[in-house]
Amino acid sequence: MLDYRVLPAGDTALVIEFGDRIDRALSTLVLSLAQALDAERIEGVVETVPTFRSLMVHYEPLALAASSLIARIDALMQKLGSSEIVGHVWHLPVCYDPRFAIDLDEVAKRTSLSTQQVVERHSGPIYHVYMLGFLPGQAYMGEVAAELALDRLETPRTKIPAGSLAIASRMSCVFPLETPCGWHVIGRCPVPLWDPVHGTSLLAPADQVRFVPVSMREYETLATRASQGVLRIEPVSEFVGAVA
Amino acid sequence: MTPALRIISPGLSTTIQDVGRSGFQRLGVSVSGALDLVSLHAANALAGNPGNTGALEALYVGPTFAVDTDDTRLAFAGADAVIEILDDADARGGEIIPTMRSVRVRRGQVIRVGSLKNGATLYIAVEGGFAVAPALGSVSTDSRGRMGGWQGRPLLEGDVIPLRRATASDRDEYLIDGLDLAAPRRFRAVLGPQSDNFSDQEIERFFASEYTMSAGSNRMGMRLEGQAIGHLRGFNIVSDAIATGSIQVPGSGQPIVLLADHQTTGGYPKIATVISADLPALGRLPIGSKVSFAPVTVEEAAAARRELAATVDGIAGTMVRLSIPATAVAERLLECNLISGVQDAAA
Repeated sequence: MLDYRVLPAGDTALVIEFGDRIDRALSTLVLSLAQALDAERIEGVVETVPTFRSLMVHYEPLALAASSLIARIDALMQKLGSSEIVGHVWHLPVCYDPRFAIDLDEVAKRTSLSTQQVVERHSGPIYHVYMLGFLPGQAYMGEVAAELALDRLETPRTKIPAGSLAIASRMSCVFPLETPCGWHVIGRCPVPLWDPVHGTSLLAPADQVRFVPVSMREYETLATRASQGVLRIEPVSEFVGAVA
Repeated sequence: MTPALRIISPGLSTTIQDVGRSGFQRLGVSVSGALDLVSLHAANALAGNPGNTGALEALYVGPTFAVDTDDTRLAFAGADAVIEILDDADARGGEIIPTMRSVRVRRGQVIRVGSLKNGATLYIAVEGGFAVAPALGSVSTDSRGRMGGWQGRPLLEGDVIPLRRATASDRDEYLIDGLDLAAPRRFRAVLGPQSDNFSDQEIERFFASEYTMSAGSNRMGMRLEGQAIGHLRGFNIVSDAIATGSIQVPGSGQPIVLLADHQTTGGYPKIATVISADLPALGRLPIGSKVSFAPVTVEEAAAARRELAATVDGIAGTMVRLSIPATAVAERLLECNLISGVQDAAA
């Protein structure tokens, strides 16, 4: 039996909580429930929002009573054990040049690594997209290598540029828009992650991401193509994960 | 020339808002939309629009704008305000009308909306609506995500906001009489989702306390000051999703109620969630208001939502034709202390 709790978030949303940790097995459960629930197309369900460890289900209580929705979710849970989640594998170009990576020196100093080692440690792993949040198209990717894990800045910056790649604790994000931010900025990605015209995000929960270091010159070429709207990036493959 | 309203002064913060942008929270897109959906519907009813049409939402201090079309119909609903209709930008004074009515205005006239009273939000609807392109199905302004409304931001001096209609339809003007916009004594809230991060004693303390809405409040959240609420296991949780009305308790113990522009996910425990039926009343509260909460069940909340939906559906039935110089108008003017203004204007 799957271990989960259904919690009310007012009268128009429920939270299905699988735990309180950042953990790929929990994330897989959340994402497989999201995919299963969305596939049911239940009348009265407005939208679902997957997070690290829970799924929020927004609903219209005048069309669907909370008790009926909970019964449907409980029934879906019975089948969840055998389901799979599907995502894409992306290779995202990132320029770690100090002109973009305003915190790279500080991160190196605080982790007793060279800047080159920080770049290697960051671009080494394959990251899992846990969820999107905070800004449109902003993916929370983990896990950053333990030796790079740092607390957030004591005083957040009032502004970092769109495309900034930053880390905090075991998470990495590319910020799709200019934003205030308390994370450590270690690079910039030229690929637009959010398309405001079509309302689409390049990355989705369950995707896998590897950061590929590029030079300043390569960055500029890619950024120019992005600004002309001709930068196309395709996933390198599909990723299929299963509920453990 | 494109029919438009030309912004002479934007007021404190004026944005275009409709009922919000749902369906994209999983991508990190905030819902946004009117803080006070009841008054948005009222303004649209007076203007002759479908209730979910985008209108201007003014906060605390209203805008001043000129009419750049032959004639158009405006409607005002929400907080009380002195609304002056000047014949041109240089006019010393003009006709003064109260909130909760429609008015026909013509090219060159300037509408000056003063400071709001008895509320934080005023909706200004225009017949036919604004000719702005919806972003992801909504014209609501999302300032953080920079989308929707007018260029994804609050209005600025010099903005020219195009209208869908070049002329007002030929009909009488209306006022709304008897729509109750008063704040409830206590805002109703459902416990959770993280109420188990708080002891029973702290939960009791939360519901027994009166808070003051502080100056740091905005469209993202209402910051409350008062009795601090302690946590059982620290104030950091692994981020999860946020619903509008979520009452999160950060490290300071001072609760924050998340409003229309709230981010989609967050990492503070949420002790309770204000019920959907009480969100419009919460959204129209001004800074300095006293706020307290009462626990209810999800079933009671759903019943309250049904009641509010009936109230909104019934708004059209509370409209009174203005051709009769209704005593109700004079009474409203008295309530707003506007009678001297009317005399000045008439002098």
